Amino acid sequence: MENNLTEKIIRGDVRAAAKLMRGIEDNLPEATDELQKLYPYTGKAFIIGITGSPGVGKSTLVDALITSFRQRQMTVGVVAIDPSSPFTGGALLGDRVRMGKHNTDAGVFIRSLASRGWAGGLARAAISVMYVMDAMGKDVIIVEAVGSGQGEVDIRRLADTTIVVLAPGMGDEIQMMKAGILEAADVYVINKADKDGAGILKTQLEIMLGTKTDYQNEWKPLIVPAQALHGKGIDELTAALLQHKDYLYAGAEIMRRRRERAKLELAAAVEHSLRNHVKMILESEELNTLADNLAQRKTNPYLAAEQAVHKAMGKFREC
Amino acid sequence: MSPERKLRVLLGKPGLDGHDRGIKIIARGFRDAGFEVIYTGLHQNPEQIVNAAIQEDADLVGLSCLSGAHLYLFGEVVKQLRERGAGDVTVIVGGIIPAEDVPALKAAGIKEVFFPGTPIQTMVDWVKNNVKPL
Ligand SMILES: Nc1nc2c(ncn2[C@@H]2O[C@H](COP(=O)(O)OP(=O)(O)O)[C@@H](O)[C@H]2O)c(=O)[nH]1
Ligand SMILES: [Mg+2]
Repeated sequence: MENNLTEKIIRGDVRAAAKLMRGIEDNLPEATDELQKLYPYTGKAFIIGITGSPGVGKSTLVDALITSFRQRQMTVGVVAIDPSSPFTGGALLGDRVRMGKHNTDAGVFIRSLASRGWAGGLARAAISVMYVMDAMGKDVIIVEAVGSGQGEVDIRRLADTTIVVLAPGMGDEIQMMKAGILEAADVYVINKADKDGAGILKTQLEIMLGTKTDYQNEWKPLIVPAQALHGKGIDELTAALLQHKDYLYAGAEIMRRRRERAKLELAAAVEHSLRNHVKMILESEELNTLADNLAQRKTNPYLAAEQAVHKAMGKFREC
Repeated sequence: MSPERKLRVLLGKPGLDGHDRGIKIIARGFRDAGFEVIYTGLHQNPEQIVNAAIQEDADLVGLSCLSGAHLYLFGEVVKQLRERGAGDVTVIVGGIIPAEDVPALKAAGIKEVFFPGTPIQTMVDWVKNNVKPL
């Protein structure tokens, strides 16, 4: 990875930004240095999380939202997260297919991100990629990820405003019964409103939200019916998102959310740092020596492990 | 820190024909080989493909095209990558391509041409031997 990417990135250089994003994902040490330099230029973007079951229309909705924000003269970054295969480590990242028409718009930057296995790593990568877009000056950043699957990153903790997308005929009714997901959204989208069952889904959702009175704050989630594929309901959705943004900034809520994100970010950074040290231990010469001693019964695994960790932490403090 | 590098491959389909079965099979084959595959969909022009490749920091761009305009379209992708400072990205192509066009494609900077019926494994092996994360 080349040096001094930060200067280029804040001037909006797409290639420099993409290189840093890659460096973060690939765990290159220079990438962390660069991120430290970039950090002061972040914190300005409005971050929207969009989640929901596979096939509900998230990417199609993102495509329509990009158009809508661009019409309002706002620049847009998109982070589209898809799972890596646990067997091969490979990934098929297809969200861009729905957003192809924005590929030639210099005001739009779309980046696909594979989950690569461990939640801490994904959270760190997702937040860092968001920061790179933020530092480039993108006004809005949209993060798309499949909802509440295990081992996935919790998008609600990354975003200022969270959209949960539901669609008829996808088992979302059953999903709703399991609650959980309902606590999540600031704005619900009933997508595929052109299909049978959309009305029923909306009523069910209204009933569930209506019976829930213990909202943490005065924001009552909005429900927006839409047809992402036909561009319907998108203006209403954009208005709802900006309304939520105003609400966030009118009070202390934005700080509360950013503190939540900071916690996630810190946890991911700590996990990342410790993971690198664990790897260092496991790949070190000392481990071989300890293993020899252990095989000869000169020590025991518990003491040996403690010694190895102690040594690594010593080095940790030096750097 | 130990780097954990993964190959990123962008697959695109320039041109007007609407067949993406072939390229989707290749996408799955590449994923199963451990690559991160970004698929951009049908009807993308060279500029759209190049912009996507740069945003995604692709190490390799794979193009398929079944319409007659392949010579121009493939060459344009290589040319625009170079103009944008991304000339180090490897470009390979596949599809119904007349054998006599291969020298012109290679001269235009296309690294390899795969004809219909090439086993996925052959393509995976070629990629593993010829492309490294940038
Ligand atoms: N009928 C209908 N189909 C839609 C609508 N929005 C999206 N779709 C289709 O739903 C499928 C999945 O869309 P996609 O955006 O990839 O979903 P994702 O997996 O949630 O990102 C695609 O075939 C879309 O064309 C809609 O409003 N109505
Ligand atoms: Mg999607």
